[in-house]
Amino acid sequence: MSLDDLYRRVIMDHYQHPRNKGTFEDGTVSIELNNPTCGDRISLQLHLEEGKITKAMFTGEGCSISLSSASMMTEAVKGLTYEQALELVDLFSRMMLGEDVDVEKFPLEDIEALTGVAKFPARIKCATLAWKALEKGVNEHK
Amino acid sequence: MTNPWKKDFPILHQQVNGHPLVYLDSGATSQKPYPVIEAMSQYYEGYNSNVHRGVHTLGTKATDGFEGAREKIRKFINAKSVQEIIYTRGTTTAINLVASSYARMNLQPGDEIITTVAEHHSNFIPWQQAAKATGATFKFFPLEADGTLDLAKVAEMITPQTKVIAIHHLSNVMGTVQPIKELAQMIHAVGGVISVDGAQAAPHMRVDVQDLDVDFYQFSGHKMMGPTGIGVLYGKKALLEQMEPIEFGGEMIDFVDLYDSTWKELPWKFEGGTPIIAGAIGLGAAIDYLEAVGMDTIEEHDRKLATYAAEQMGQIEGLTIYGPKSERTGLVTFNLGDVHPHDVATVLDAEGIAVRAGHHCCQPLMRWLKASATARASFYLYNDESDIDALVKGLKKTKEYFGHVFR
Ligand SMILES: Cc1ncc(COP(=O)(O)O)c(C=O)c1O
Repeated sequence: MSLDDLYRRVIMDHYQHPRNKGTFEDGTVSIELNNPTCGDRISLQLHLEEGKITKAMFTGEGCSISLSSASMMTEAVKGLTYEQALELVDLFSRMMLGEDVDVEKFPLEDIEALTGVAKFPARIKCATLAWKALEKGVNEHK
Repeated sequence: MTNPWKKDFPILHQQVNGHPLVYLDSGATSQKPYPVIEAMSQYYEGYNSNVHRGVHTLGTKATDGFEGAREKIRKFINAKSVQEIIYTRGTTTAINLVASSYARMNLQPGDEIITTVAEHHSNFIPWQQAAKATGATFKFFPLEADGTLDLAKVAEMITPQTKVIAIHHLSNVMGTVQPIKELAQMIHAVGGVISVDGAQAAPHMRVDVQDLDVDFYQFSGHKMMGPTGIGVLYGKKALLEQMEPIEFGGEMIDFVDLYDSTWKELPWKFEGGTPIIAGAIGLGAAIDYLEAVGMDTIEEHDRKLATYAAEQMGQIEGLTIYGPKSERTGLVTFNLGDVHPHDVATVLDAEGIAVRAGHHCCQPLMRWLKASATARASFYLYNDESDIDALVKGLKKTKEYFGHVFR
């Protein structure tokens, strides 16, 4: 178990310079999720139009893993259809379970850096929080 | 000097992630010494059997072990009678019993329950919900910046409307000890009762329920070297007698008729169903162990360690410690600059050091501290200064590691 497997440079970059952090005016759905065991919290806003996610932004509190995962997720889902977004959620969840998934399928290369989280069972919930929020948001709307 | 007690705890002699285990999470649950583990396996290997039922030999032995542990608990907290010692699943169930039975039977709109924002969720939600159900008002004593109470401010809030004070004895986040005896005097002067969450205090200090003059006191076996699944509700006999049971079934009945039933006498009327027999026997063995060491020795040991830890950790630049400067017992809650406590705990874990990170079941307190989460190192008899030195080294490494990745 090496810490560098977990804290990859890309992850730290997203943690320090989160993409899509903030809120916007004309959101279609907003989802609040927290991780009741550790106090991580995310609030995700999506703008949905003609079956697609056109915009995603988040605010929240959490550790490097949960915030960088949220940053990557909001980058990755822009322009995806609901189905594509849900497939991505599934792909990400399976990656967290340690399954050997095809990382080429992620529309954002950076996400692959999170594979190491699977080796730190206590941290998987941190990584999946934002993706659960996405799933909830899309399912509520579609 | 090597710690003379550590050898009694088999779990501590192992490597975690390639390093000797440094267990600093006793506030969540404590480790168990050999005599506790052995007492439980002796029960299962030698006299496992239900209690208070059969007339056979094993049943008698099991009943003796089970009731004998109750007497040990009575003595441990200096209760007047074993009838005042109710076995529960833990602190949480014990508090719920008081809030569901006593509070709901006795409170009405206009009455007040007063607590603090520093309570563990287990000593918060049962009262919050009892207040909601009865129409009583739910109020909070103001906390000073370090988590202590100013008794002058407290006195102003206690009125004849105050029916219950529900408060922790030793905070699982701040490490503060509350002035229970004084609070008991104040509430008794207006005719109310005090219910004390002793989950953290019972493991670390001598508790004398008669001297404190508390009406209810709750604690968990697993935090004081005993097993999980067993805890205690202490209640003054006169109060327990007027309370209705909230669980019905076998073991707790006297006479069952088609349309009504009567209950056994105390303490059994609150103990429906087959109890946690091995758990009670294990807790009895834990109390024997604690008493053999001496609660005064334990209290001094844990206080010294917490003070040493606060001193050493306080020298790390950028590290914030929550709670009182002195007078802290058993734990240090902290944050390391901007590094999230999860990240701190993960780096420490890679060094074999176990600490807690999160909100510690105290969301209202975290909001009050303006921290979304904190890390906590908690100590017990089997820890010594070398564990704290390892922690300090680990924290410096964490700082370096994150300083490095941030750059
Ligand atoms: C102060 C305090 N109260 C209550 C509890 C709940 O104890 P249990 O989970 O054993 O019921 C704890 C344990 O975390 C605690 O620290």
